Amino acid sequence: MEPVTSKRITVTVNGASYERDVDARRLLVHVIRDDLDLTGTHIGCDTGNCGACTVIVDGLAVKSCMMLAVQADGVSIETVESLASDDELHPLQRAFSAHHALQCGYCTPGMLMSAKHLLDNNSEPTENEIRRAIQGNICRCTGYVNIVEAIDAAARGEVPA
Amino acid sequence: MTTVAPDQVEAPQKGFAGTSIPRKEDKRLVQGEGVFFDDVKRHGMGYVHFVRSPYAHAGIVSIDVSAAEAVEGVYGTLIGEEVAAQTDPFFEMSTPPGSEIRDYALAVGKVRFAGEPVAAVVAETRELARDAAELVEVEYEPLEPVLDAVAAAEPGAPILHDEAGSNVVWSGKFEWGDFDEALAEADHVVKIDRLYFHRFSSTPLECAGALVEYDKGIAQWTLHCNHQMPGIGIVWMAPALRVGTDKLRIVTQDIGGGFGNKITLHPYFVALCLLARKLNRPVHWTEWRTDQHTANTHGNERTFLDVEVPVKADGTMLGFKVRAFDDAGAFPRYEPLGCIIWAQVTPGCYRWRHVLVDFTQTCTNKSPTAPNRGYSRMQQLWFTERVIDVVAHELDLDPVEVRKRNYIKSEEMPYETPNGCVYDSGDYARCLDIALDLIGYDKLEERRKDAESRGKLLGVGIGSTLDSGTNNFGQSQLLNPELQFSGNNEVATARLDIFGEVVVTLGTTPQGQSHETVTSQVVADLLGITPDDVHVRAGHDSYWNSHAGFSGTYASQFAVTGLEAVKGATLELASQIRRLASVILGADGPDDIVLEEGMAKRKDMPEAALPFMACGAIINVNNAGLPPELDDVTLNCRYVYRPPFQVPDHETKFGNLTLTYATQIHACVVEVDRETGVYEIVDYAAVDDCGTRIHPQIVEGQVHGATAHALGAATFETFPYDEDGMLLTSNFYDYHVPHALDMPPLKTGFIESPSPFNSLGTKGMGEGGGAGIHCVCAAIQDALRPVGNPVVTESHNPYHRVWELLQDPAASRAGIEVTGR
Repeated sequence: MEPVTSKRITVTVNGASYERDVDARRLLVHVIRDDLDLTGTHIGCDTGNCGACTVIVDGLAVKSCMMLAVQADGVSIETVESLASDDELHPLQRAFSAHHALQCGYCTPGMLMSAKHLLDNNSEPTENEIRRAIQGNICRCTGYVNIVEAIDAAARGEVPA
Repeated sequence: MTTVAPDQVEAPQKGFAGTSIPRKEDKRLVQGEGVFFDDVKRHGMGYVHFVRSPYAHAGIVSIDVSAAEAVEGVYGTLIGEEVAAQTDPFFEMSTPPGSEIRDYALAVGKVRFAGEPVAAVVAETRELARDAAELVEVEYEPLEPVLDAVAAAEPGAPILHDEAGSNVVWSGKFEWGDFDEALAEADHVVKIDRLYFHRFSSTPLECAGALVEYDKGIAQWTLHCNHQMPGIGIVWMAPALRVGTDKLRIVTQDIGGGFGNKITLHPYFVALCLLARKLNRPVHWTEWRTDQHTANTHGNERTFLDVEVPVKADGTMLGFKVRAFDDAGAFPRYEPLGCIIWAQVTPGCYRWRHVLVDFTQTCTNKSPTAPNRGYSRMQQLWFTERVIDVVAHELDLDPVEVRKRNYIKSEEMPYETPNGCVYDSGDYARCLDIALDLIGYDKLEERRKDAESRGKLLGVGIGSTLDSGTNNFGQSQLLNPELQFSGNNEVATARLDIFGEVVVTLGTTPQGQSHETVTSQVVADLLGITPDDVHVRAGHDSYWNSHAGFSGTYASQFAVTGLEAVKGATLELASQIRRLASVILGADGPDDIVLEEGMAKRKDMPEAALPFMACGAIINVNNAGLPPELDDVTLNCRYVYRPPFQVPDHETKFGNLTLTYATQIHACVVEVDRETGVYEIVDYAAVDDCGTRIHPQIVEGQVHGATAHALGAATFETFPYDEDGMLLTSNFYDYHVPHALDMPPLKTGFIESPSPFNSLGTKGMGEGGGAGIHCVCAAIQDALRPVGNPVVTESHNPYHRVWELLQDPAASRAGIEVTGR
């Protein structure tokens, strides 16, 4: 008997349901980027270190290069594309801009999703808790100074309109 | 504010320039709507995977791609023999023997570093391409590798490039002042037998890559890519592909960090061009992280030998003598430029007049080096800072006082260095005072005692650096007088469209440096509109005709070359709008027209105003009956900025190599655990002076980022090889870059010493963070003085290295000698 090497999965991404046939070895991040064309989620390392591919899976921050697409069957996923609504930016997005928490913008989507996961679970984080929450996200541009400030400002509701 | 030669400097503009307006780039980037090259897709595109050498040095006996090509879904392959037949070797900049090196897009006949591409496979999915690549059979004949730049120059060393017959890429002597006279004048001579600056790179988070399309009908390639220096990139690529430069269309939009590491992508891109043409389909290649570490560019590794420093009894240093060996890796891809770029900052921040440098660059069986944030100057500045601290400690002088005694003074600016570079402006001593204040220097002795009571050794360190920006490419002729490069240039276009839209196009390739935002500030002030009214095209496209030979984003120059081009194009557009409005409004002449609030108004009759929309419409779609004096008014203006450079003197190697010099003075306090060598940076200050700041928040962001790079390099980041030439840190597990928890609290300060050498008073400043490496080295040495006075001789000091210094301080002192004491 031929081994089964692909599977049909159903995932909910940013509120929309998708059904796709995926290879057993296909990474979730490739389904998100290539099959669903949600290219806001980035890839920076292949080893689960950099966090550019961070998305929220059933309420948990997950590096989508560390999850097989077949493991995502039945889950609900939030990507960076879900943050803004009706062209109004999420407070974290506004805070990142106001505090110059991004330069090249490559790590930003993953950083935002890790920050969102933090604030979803801890509305008043300390600076150390903020740093711990994003320790799995590498930024090569900012030295994290303004990212930490931006997340803190968003937590406090101190963001420009 | 420090003001230098105020009569030569235009007053800072009133308006948007100088204020931290919201960034134009952010809206798309925070929503994941940026377009990075990997986001670009084409129907039927194939994914490329490179087969890479597992050996550091080996002959290629045979390559068999048949099994890979037989796999269903594999579109084709490329091997070195095809590359050698279809392309010419890349242009080499060195003189013999370096110029004899033959460098191709894939290995031809031999591999020279582990990770070197040997073949490429293209398939319908990236997974299939990777699988099929496993089926390519390459037979190798392993050869002995050479892994040290100094050893590579020894007789009998294994030779990488047989056609060159030597591993030496370039060698030469630099003699400025009179070093023998300095020795005679000195009260002491401090000798250091070896200092070593390690290999690392800025490892941008977005790996390299491209989507390459070939249009057979017009024989032209389009590269959607993240090349950060397209102007020079096509100078390498087009001749190799045996086509004119117009046959290569380079397109970038958003680039996920560059730091110099995306300048020498031409070997990969030429391979992609050949594949796109051979297979007649778009091909897509994204570098894997491991490939970026093992086979993309590394920063230059440099060994300094036989250092001699003549010093007066009061601590005045007269100059230095050194033999420097620079490691180019397997191919001189941007080299040997690193053999001269250091000379932009020959004496660092100091008034050293007598310099003798014997510089040699060799090839080794390691990944090729190329520009990396602070390229070649960072190594030289680390050297000058190590010299300062070693001399100070050996002569029992205060490192702060020694610096102040030897710093070039603000009243000496503009200052001509011994080799003819002109430091434009700055006040190093004042920056140092600010930095020391920020780290609490006045309480130092108290804090040393407190640390001691906790079993810690406390040390303070200073790093003084210059970020030389806006290259004079004529310095390349000091390496090879036959080279036809000199000066510099950058281009911008400014246009008024049909509905009055102001559209600006740049030749640059920003990778996070906020060019759209900063450009809009300068344009808005000149045209009397707001930054929101200025549409700055994102990225680079050679179809826009807004580039020149040196276009790109590198070497700390946008604030000068880019903005001068923007200003030039905008002033021409403003002039044309005034001429048009003068005729339409019946004014006395263009000087009678003022631009404000999006309109061209008569000064004497402000109610007589022509909106920009009307101007754009008249010229573009409603131009019947215009008088002949407006024939040359196009409202589409292109300006090429050329800095005022001369070619340096070939014989004396004397001349101005860069236009502006931003200052960075960093200071830190470390606490070292006596038992383990683990250290913590407990205070850190970075003081920057980049002249007039157009957008202070962006400047500070660059300071933060560059500092993080330096701190990573100082403690964590290194590219070490084992004895077989295998890289030991080929991913982010082993190559640890600073995470949020690794960063110490940063304090920043600034002064503004406007540059007298450009109309905006600005200076490039993105690469100044090397000071972090220097001040950490200095702080460790200072902390360890009570326990045997070890000397920090290497730029990379992980905790175990500090532990070694604690265990055997005498070993580090073996190469230090002071005569005339």
